[in-house]
Amino acid sequence: MQMQDLPYNLPDAGGHFGPYGGVFVAETLMPALAELREAYSSARADPEFKAEFAYELKHYVGRPSPIYHAKRWSDLLGGAQIYLKREDLNHTGAHKINNCIGQALLARRMGKPRVIAETGAGQHGVATATVAARYGMECVVYMGSEDVKRQAANVYRMKLLGATVVPVESGSKTLKDALNEAMRDWVTHIGNTFYIIGTVAGPHPYPMMVRDFQTVIGEECKLQMPELAARQPDAVIACVGGGSNAMGIFYPYIPFAEVKLIGVEAAGHGLNSGKHSASLTAGRSGVLHGNRTYLLQDENGQVTETHSISAGLDYPGVGPEHAWLKDSGRAEYVTITDDEALQAFHDLCRLEGIIPALESSHALAYAARLAPTLARDKLLLVNLSGRGDKDMHTVAEASGIQF
Amino acid sequence: MSRIQTTFAALATQGRKALIPFITAGDPHPDLSLPLMRALVAGGADIIELGVPFSDPMADGPTIQRASERALAHGMSLRRVLGLVSEFRRENATTPVVLMGYANPVESYGVEAFARDAREAGVDGVLVVDYPPEECASFAATMKAADIDPIFLLAPTSTEQRYAEVAQIGSGYIYYVSLKGVTGSGSLDLDEVAQRIPLIRQQVGMPVGVGFGIRDAATAARIAAVADAVVIGSRLIEEIENGDAESATERVTTFLAGVRTVMDGEAP
Repeated sequence: MQMQDLPYNLPDAGGHFGPYGGVFVAETLMPALAELREAYSSARADPEFKAEFAYELKHYVGRPSPIYHAKRWSDLLGGAQIYLKREDLNHTGAHKINNCIGQALLARRMGKPRVIAETGAGQHGVATATVAARYGMECVVYMGSEDVKRQAANVYRMKLLGATVVPVESGSKTLKDALNEAMRDWVTHIGNTFYIIGTVAGPHPYPMMVRDFQTVIGEECKLQMPELAARQPDAVIACVGGGSNAMGIFYPYIPFAEVKLIGVEAAGHGLNSGKHSASLTAGRSGVLHGNRTYLLQDENGQVTETHSISAGLDYPGVGPEHAWLKDSGRAEYVTITDDEALQAFHDLCRLEGIIPALESSHALAYAARLAPTLARDKLLLVNLSGRGDKDMHTVAEASGIQF
Repeated sequence: MSRIQTTFAALATQGRKALIPFITAGDPHPDLSLPLMRALVAGGADIIELGVPFSDPMADGPTIQRASERALAHGMSLRRVLGLVSEFRRENATTPVVLMGYANPVESYGVEAFARDAREAGVDGVLVVDYPPEECASFAATMKAADIDPIFLLAPTSTEQRYAEVAQIGSGYIYYVSLKGVTGSGSLDLDEVAQRIPLIRQQVGMPVGVGFGIRDAATAARIAAVADAVVIGSRLIEEIENGDAESATERVTTFLAGVRTVMDGEAP
């Protein structure tokens, strides 16, 4: 299907992106989601809400984030010019805060004094704890007990910000189990609680709402690229775990048929190793966490455990809009292994003086692979979705260094 | 008439209410599932709800999640659950069996294939927890075409419009979730249940079972006084967990028989 010829207007009223998305939750959650849909649809149309969101993004987050021409790195690669959208410069160090502010403002508008969140590496947990402190809300963050051990600094950060961190002992004790537990909390405390989901997944309206809050990334790029490089990029590249930073930068470019959209999934130890998180590349359609999407699962439909060196990409599902963009051919999805991401991480540190998040390093690694195959006047725009301070420990360990 | 209809009709003539125990297939071990199903019947089960284990049981509390994890650790799958039902059917032609689980194992199996094989195995009803009516019109139709009742949940938060939607798409009985929360949590509001059930029954024109949070015979009896069926799950799984696997069947029969006696004594 030639989607570029049609106005792109997804999801439908039921939250579907083609066969994906939807509302796959137990009856107990349906009224809460209906309330959320209604509240979001009224907020979305309210100029005052939009103005407040924009104000917070400017004065609290520090937007707009700049675009930076990584000239030394581009020259060394000897091909296309690489531009970086600097989401790493946001308050709290990643794109996650954009969405958290949007949802916290919505929670406040709905009169919900308590917010909950799930977190893997702790980035979304920290962003949620940050906005909860900012708006004076009670905050509970669910985190797999394995992740609590691996990410002690972020656990402490959340506690400093006044949040309660609940270690989750069920299942694989990682992100997907934290998500299950947060859903359970929500269903039990529906009256006073707002669930801030961190990515473009979950039941409708979350994939749409999180995308909307993140599109500020791509909207800024649309204005900044012509200023800086005299035109729009030839390709936009972003890493995809759940896929919120990628949706945020892709979405405004969907109508630009000449701009390629490339999502980069985590191939971990390699697609054949079974230890990866490449849902779109190696998974098949399934239902998890409230939506239909590509899913890593075994032959019996049980969700499998995943691996990536970057905790933020270590998730067996993916946002349903990415599933649709893949099937429709509008976006292309590729993979990068742990080792390739680490190489890009080190290159950016040494050549540009920027320490990128390991998640973003996957997008960088693909840009590094692609750039030398293209002419020097081609432009690649990479979403540098977060900074790598949080990854010091992981990178040191991978290099055999102990602090 | 389907086995589920026959069961409710027979109970109605006796002035009794249905007792519906829930266990997870394959918990604590697949070899014990058939003996446990027999034990449930011996304890007075009218319908058996058999949980299909799933890796991410979002709507369940810790007890049923543990049961799921034990079953999966022993290689339980939807295919093996259907095998279990066929075995049960060879020796029991009357007790309805309802499968309860999540969408992904069913979709992975293939809906058409599942309908065919479930019917073949002798499954009477299917409750897919994360299939609300708006997402499963075609699934429900496929089940009905295979003479399997698609069973739906209603909750304290459900609106009357939801009652109508569920009445249209579902059959067999309605499973009323008696509290806001997950399976096995403790805050059951009996007055709320007593108020809601007659209204729901009138609007859906099906028997209404109540579950989530029923932990003892006395509560079961009070629920039975207003509802058509009482579902007991987490409490029964705790009974299986607390002690050695070999004697789990005895513990289950004893517990359920205790509930049955009190329930029958107090039901009108």
